Amino acid sequence: MQALYAQLLVGLINGSFYALLSLGLAVIFGMLNIINFAHGALYMMGAFCAYFLLNIAGIGYWPALIVAPILVGIFGMILERTMLQWLAGLDHLYGLLLTFGMALIIQGVFQNYFGSSGLPYAIPDQLKGGMNLGFMFLPIYRGWVVVFSLIVCIGTWYLIERTRLGANLRAATENPTLVRAFGINVPRMITLTYGLGVGLAALAGVLSAPINQVRPLMGADLIIVVFAVVVIGGMGSIMGSIITGFALGVIEGLTKYFYPEASNTVVFVLMVLVLLVKPSGLTGRTT
Amino acid sequence: MKTSFLASLLLSTALGLSAPGLAAAQDKIVKIGALSDQSGLYSDLGGPGSTLAAQMAVEDSGLGAKGWKIEVISGDHQNKPDVGTAIARQWFDVDKVDIIVDVPNSGVALAVNNVVKEKNGVYINSGAATSDLTNAQCSPNTVHWTYDTYMLAHSTGQALVKSGGDTWFFLTADYAFGAALERDTTAVILANGGKVVGSVKHPLNTSDFSSFLLQAQSSKAKVIGLANAGGDTTNSIKQAAEFGIVGGGQKLAALLLFITDVKAIGLDIAQGLNFTETFYWDLNDQTRAFSKKFAARMKNGAPPTMVQAGVYAGLTHYFKALEALGGNPHDGVKVVEKMKSIPTDDPLFGKGEIEPNGRTIHSAYLFEVKKPSESKAPWDFYRLVGTVPGDQAFTPLSESKCALLKK
Repeated sequence: MQALYAQLLVGLINGSFYALLSLGLAVIFGMLNIINFAHGALYMMGAFCAYFLLNIAGIGYWPALIVAPILVGIFGMILERTMLQWLAGLDHLYGLLLTFGMALIIQGVFQNYFGSSGLPYAIPDQLKGGMNLGFMFLPIYRGWVVVFSLIVCIGTWYLIERTRLGANLRAATENPTLVRAFGINVPRMITLTYGLGVGLAALAGVLSAPINQVRPLMGADLIIVVFAVVVIGGMGSIMGSIITGFALGVIEGLTKYFYPEASNTVVFVLMVLVLLVKPSGLTGRTT
Repeated sequence: MKTSFLASLLLSTALGLSAPGLAAAQDKIVKIGALSDQSGLYSDLGGPGSTLAAQMAVEDSGLGAKGWKIEVISGDHQNKPDVGTAIARQWFDVDKVDIIVDVPNSGVALAVNNVVKEKNGVYINSGAATSDLTNAQCSPNTVHWTYDTYMLAHSTGQALVKSGGDTWFFLTADYAFGAALERDTTAVILANGGKVVGSVKHPLNTSDFSSFLLQAQSSKAKVIGLANAGGDTTNSIKQAAEFGIVGGGQKLAALLLFITDVKAIGLDIAQGLNFTETFYWDLNDQTRAFSKKFAARMKNGAPPTMVQAGVYAGLTHYFKALEALGGNPHDGVKVVEKMKSIPTDDPLFGKGEIEPNGRTIHSAYLFEVKKPSESKAPWDFYRLVGTVPGDQAFTPLSESKCALLKK
């Protein structure tokens, strides 16, 4: 029983990465209608950005939590301005292929210079060590990841669903021409939204740098699972992707305990089941 | 029209028939295929570095000046046996490849082993670990260089059991390699009076090991054996440190660790780990000289791993056999027989021999990872703890189930 609690908690930790990443994807898909396959590569860039900040500029973990997402976010906005915006209004497939291609190029460039085994990034001193919870030893850093990503997730949800800015944004997706008539710069808003989604990916990258290796392929390994999370949660649903992210982390954690061989397939089995029963996802709107 | 076509067909057939006869006298054309994981979790320990090692072996052999035409091509098996065998078949059938080298990932390695045998090519495997390549699944076309699971189990495994680590829990990569390493290590543990209290199989290329590590932790085993490799091992070690496993009194046994893994983990966390390799760049003047040349040509300036060194050494020996044969290197069994009849002696692995089952015998070294304060240069990571002589490191012929030995 004790072991089970521990697995639940570990699942929650992984779930927070899924949630953060799928949140970014959901924001981008919900607002821009782009299936952003470059998300994993941008997540990886966030981790590398933290590594460079530390080893070249001497900037530590805490500032990197803010600086890396901004830098990678700017990179994302450049991508949006120079390439993605020309695909607005076309079939989803075009955006998917373009971003997938970009992901392969970005990963290839990093792999060319840094190899595949990755680079070490230490846990910040303040978060080293762990606490004994009785049923498990919880590394403080992992606890921090859960709390911090929950705050970011809820903050993003609030921004989009409960503020005037978010309302404008949602309106712009629904009917860009009308919103433009109110004097709102829709293209700029779309660019900023893409930047926000990308920034969230980069933030997840910085968070995961001390836990996983900073590797060129760290995003490629994760992105498929995260897409499954978004599909299960319902494409474009902000709250749906947050909840599904955490829930799937827990389910995966339990599978690792009961039948470890299936741990990297269980998410896809669930995806198939959900699609069969409710094709628009658990919280998706049928449009 | 029809007649001219027929005539040309007849002519080309006649020429084609006579060609082998002509070629047999002075055919000195060799094509080497370096088959590896070029972009995944094993690409740093093999991959482009192995292709480079093969090219360097060609350059250093001096065969070019003696009229040989040797070409190196490379392929990416993506850690998938079906992709690996498809490339191997195409290489033999279409590209006229004579020899395949490297091939990390035991699952792919065993599959390619069958193709090479069927096509009567030469197979010098340096990248894969499974001892089955020279045991139950041995082949007259195969030479296994560098290391295998039996060797790893008997050096690292035995050393740990003898120093008091008598209860084990395995974290095993869920494919041929992990299974072989766990099997061979378990045999050593049992033979030395130890006990295996549990094991968990994780999918290849897992990024989060916390669930598995928690299971290992709660098993209370004294040693947690990592029967995995590459990125899986680095993540296991890093996350074990995070969960306070070593601090809690359990010991980690990295049964297979490469220098690129140590670099990736960082000395802070890797320090003190004991493990076995058969090559290290800083062993002697010859290894240092080669590694310097090698690193200068690598994009990230990395010295060769033991797998890449094995590709170089294996090919160096192969070229000796070709020179002894004088030409016509396309009969795989014949070339491998020649290789077995010449004692091995190269700058990287020293003196040794290839046993009748295809296993290359050379020394193995027990290393310990240095503390960050002891490391004086980039890649200065290991301290030599002990040397296992070749005849003790690998499967004794009396224990081998290889069918080639029953002749």
